[in-house]
Amino acid sequence: MKRLFSLTALAVVFGCGCAQAQYSDGSIKIGVMNDMSGTYADLSGQGSVIAARMAVEDFGAAAKGMKVEIVGADHQNKPDVGSNVVRTWIDVDKVDVIVDVPTSSVALAVNEIVRDKNKVFLVSGAAASDLTGPKCTPNTIHWTYDTWALANGTGKAIVKTGGDTWFFLTADYAFGHALERDTAAVVEKNGGKVLGKVRHPFPGTDFSSFLLQAQASKAKIIGLANAGSDTINSIKQAAEFGITQGGQNLAALLAFITDVHALGLQTAQGLIMTEAWYWDLNDANREFAKKFAPQDKGVYPTMVHAGVYSAVTHYLKAVEALKSDADGKAIVAKMKEMPTDDKLFGKGTVRADGRKIHPMYLFEVKKPGESKGAWDYYKLRATIPADEAFRPLAEGGCPLVKS
Amino acid sequence: MQRVAQATGDHAVRTRSEAIAFVVMAGALIIAPMFAYPVFLMKALCFALFACAFNLLIGYVGLLSFGHALFFGWASYVGAHAAKVWGFPPELAILSGTATGAGLGAIVGALAIRRQGIYFAMITLALAQMMYFFAIQAPFTHGEDGIQAVPRGKLFGFIDLADQTNMYVTVLVIFLGCFLLIYRIINSPFGEVLKAIRENEARAVSLGYRTERYKLVAFVLSATFAGVAGSTKALVFQLASLTDVDWPMSGEVILMTLVGGLGTLFGPVAGAFFMVTLENYLTTIGQWVFVVQGAIFVVCVLLFRRGIVGELAQILRVKL
Amino acid sequence: MFELLGISSQALFGQLLIGLINGSFYALLSLGLAVIFGMLNIINFTHGAQYMLGAFTAYFLLLYAGLGYWWAIIIAPIVVGITGIIIERLFLQWLYKLDHLYGLLLTFGLALIFEGTFRNFFGSSGLPYSVPPTLQGGQNLGFMFLPNYRAWVVAFSLAVCLTTWYVIERTKLGSYLRAATENPTLVRAFGINVPRMITLTYGFGVALAALAGVMAAPIYNVSPQMGANLIIVVFAVVVIGGMGSIMGAIVTGFGLGIIEGLTKVFFPEASNTVIFIIMAIVLLIRPAGLFGRAT
Repeated sequence: MKRLFSLTALAVVFGCGCAQAQYSDGSIKIGVMNDMSGTYADLSGQGSVIAARMAVEDFGAAAKGMKVEIVGADHQNKPDVGSNVVRTWIDVDKVDVIVDVPTSSVALAVNEIVRDKNKVFLVSGAAASDLTGPKCTPNTIHWTYDTWALANGTGKAIVKTGGDTWFFLTADYAFGHALERDTAAVVEKNGGKVLGKVRHPFPGTDFSSFLLQAQASKAKIIGLANAGSDTINSIKQAAEFGITQGGQNLAALLAFITDVHALGLQTAQGLIMTEAWYWDLNDANREFAKKFAPQDKGVYPTMVHAGVYSAVTHYLKAVEALKSDADGKAIVAKMKEMPTDDKLFGKGTVRADGRKIHPMYLFEVKKPGESKGAWDYYKLRATIPADEAFRPLAEGGCPLVKS
Repeated sequence: MQRVAQATGDHAVRTRSEAIAFVVMAGALIIAPMFAYPVFLMKALCFALFACAFNLLIGYVGLLSFGHALFFGWASYVGAHAAKVWGFPPELAILSGTATGAGLGAIVGALAIRRQGIYFAMITLALAQMMYFFAIQAPFTHGEDGIQAVPRGKLFGFIDLADQTNMYVTVLVIFLGCFLLIYRIINSPFGEVLKAIRENEARAVSLGYRTERYKLVAFVLSATFAGVAGSTKALVFQLASLTDVDWPMSGEVILMTLVGGLGTLFGPVAGAFFMVTLENYLTTIGQWVFVVQGAIFVVCVLLFRRGIVGELAQILRVKL
Repeated sequence: MFELLGISSQALFGQLLIGLINGSFYALLSLGLAVIFGMLNIINFTHGAQYMLGAFTAYFLLLYAGLGYWWAIIIAPIVVGITGIIIERLFLQWLYKLDHLYGLLLTFGLALIFEGTFRNFFGSSGLPYSVPPTLQGGQNLGFMFLPNYRAWVVAFSLAVCLTTWYVIERTKLGSYLRAATENPTLVRAFGINVPRMITLTYGFGVALAALAGVMAAPIYNVSPQMGANLIIVVFAVVVIGGMGSIMGAIVTGFGLGIIEGLTKVFFPEASNTVIFIIMAIVLLIRPAGLFGRAT
């Protein structure tokens, strides 16, 4: 029983068959897996499939005689569902590369499977910095962002601009702890002080008690070490309790432009966060956004979508150079060897530990009066240059890095 | 005389139909990997065992547990941890999971048996939810990540379970073995008392049976078999995650048993295969899975209470 | 003022007040469950989904009809109550002759249908619903800043709970209801339309859930999931309180809210599970529940 696990079996079939290049099964199959219906559906979801499709078109696969298919699937943020899909995709449907996968627990599971089966894994949505650390493999490249880059961007930049006392509101599970730990380390290294922390159960609904404690601490910055609906709820309820009016600022350690859109500028104004890409930074980005949004129900592209575009572009270049898509390790080695260059992220590199390097940006959410319309949400507070944005190669603990 | 003959005759007919069905089922399962993706089959077998365990409680004792995911999921965690961190060989990992199921079953059973009917269901649900929150926080479960990359190991030291065929045969043997054990339990003096309790507990008490004890033993047995299913599943998928302890998992096993046929021997197996196949096709429609499951619940409760196997048994006038 | 285990009295009172607010929701929901169970002997698993429907109805009323919170408080319970009546007539009435457990399974299936459908259309990240303008802002009480809206929640829930209790325990209509629970045939012999009473009672219980949903909309996330996890906690509340008495459900709801609030101060990691732990303890000491009649 062969069955195709595809949410949208977008068989984007380009051009004629293969001439010189030997592609396994006759075509290059890209599997975009993410959350299509839950908390992260807006920041990844169908949009990532669209971004992948745009990358394939812009690459001109048809003209080069490469047959490329894209399939999508919903992992529902569960590692067991994700593992099942990927296993079946590789064993039964002959998918060659897995792309996106937000939710670190799923990404870590997929990471193992792809290594065992020697395919390629390009992570755009997930945050776990372990993917280029102890869990790094020769088959995985971590694009877009990770927890270290976020902690470094948000933590360091805020402390340097005066936010030197912190209180953490942490989701009581592994990811929340990791966010808190990384950011606290950065804060203290840059001369700040952590006045206290409180752990809220995950998932939470009512944060009022914890916000009260944060308020009582009188810390200048309240760091939200949580994600998704927990972050949104914390921010909403903080506004309700007048915390920002009282002079404290909220720092969202993992937030996306889609969260700001859900909250509205009235509630989210003044929020500080780090992202890897924003549609309004330059003309190329704006043009991409104008093409993207109508295809994705008016939702503007997030950094995750941009990362998918960039990763797929570079992957196709590597496959074209090797004239084969069969050996995952070889393709990833090629991707690390070739410098990256695409219209969204510009020039960059992929490091030996699988980390894609590019600058990161610190944004502050505009006040309602400052915004010209929907999705015009950010003002740029600082740019973190590429060589400072990510964890130094030696500190990661990745076995692939020879010391 | 004739009535006695009839009675024994019926008994012979009953066991014959069940024996035939068993042979058919075992045969089908042996040749199935040639036609179907083995991982899919192993998933169905694990859930079939889970559903059989659940059916022991609801079908033969009349107790609806709404928290069976507790035993399934925690056995899965302990089995995975045993294989990965303690380095147990697979047979010991599964035994650890089974023991976990039994232990938790004893504790939860002791608390839940104190109430009847609806209250019993709510208590099992609440306790399972509490253990779900523990699972999120306990360090060894790794919360959201789950326990990943669980090694399948070598069975008895020499059979490498990384080989798909070996793993399948192992899972099949475990399933058939437990199935026969459950059959033995149901068709024994102990099983007869359980059925008596289901029919009319007050009368069973008046006959002198300590029904509380019987119910507790049945509960522990059910939890134990659920534990076998959970730890086996952890080895098959090499993953133990929060999904296994969450309340939708408890709901799923209820649905499987209901669809298949409460109180029939083969019902849970049919129900499990049905639901796993259905979900395979439904992954393409995302969250509609819940709607479909809910609709099946409603339809079954209102119109189809006997379930697939139950209806089949009724039509063929046999016992299944 | 004074310090208790390192927590200042200010923080303590603040947390108690918040616990009271959470307790209001527990009380309202367990009240609805108790009323339905009392009359129909059915545990309404759909209660969580109906709470969610109430919140969504308020959201739709605002979005499509421009009707704000004060309209929603009246309209949403009625609308959702009517859907409850439809459910009772279409599905539940066939189950009264069967084992109670079938009712639980059916309502569980209905809950899955509602939640799944809404999840498909609205995802799980939640929709915005703001506090009504008249209730925005708050009072600085010295030991905490109390948002007006939360004070309103406590006051209104108490009012609704006490009114319900009064109607059921102290009025003629209530006495018919209680009698019909005990002996429906006899009450029917007196000429009272028992099936209609049952239908309306179910509708009323559902309306209570929807009312709680409307009240939750401005402060908790309006999302398809909002009822699912809450309902399990409410089950625990109901087991602790015992479903024998209305007043028991109310007292237990508020009480447990306060205990949960205190746990968040002294031992926040356990705040999710403290109610279940209490349930286990109560089961050991007093299996019938604190206010229940021994079965």
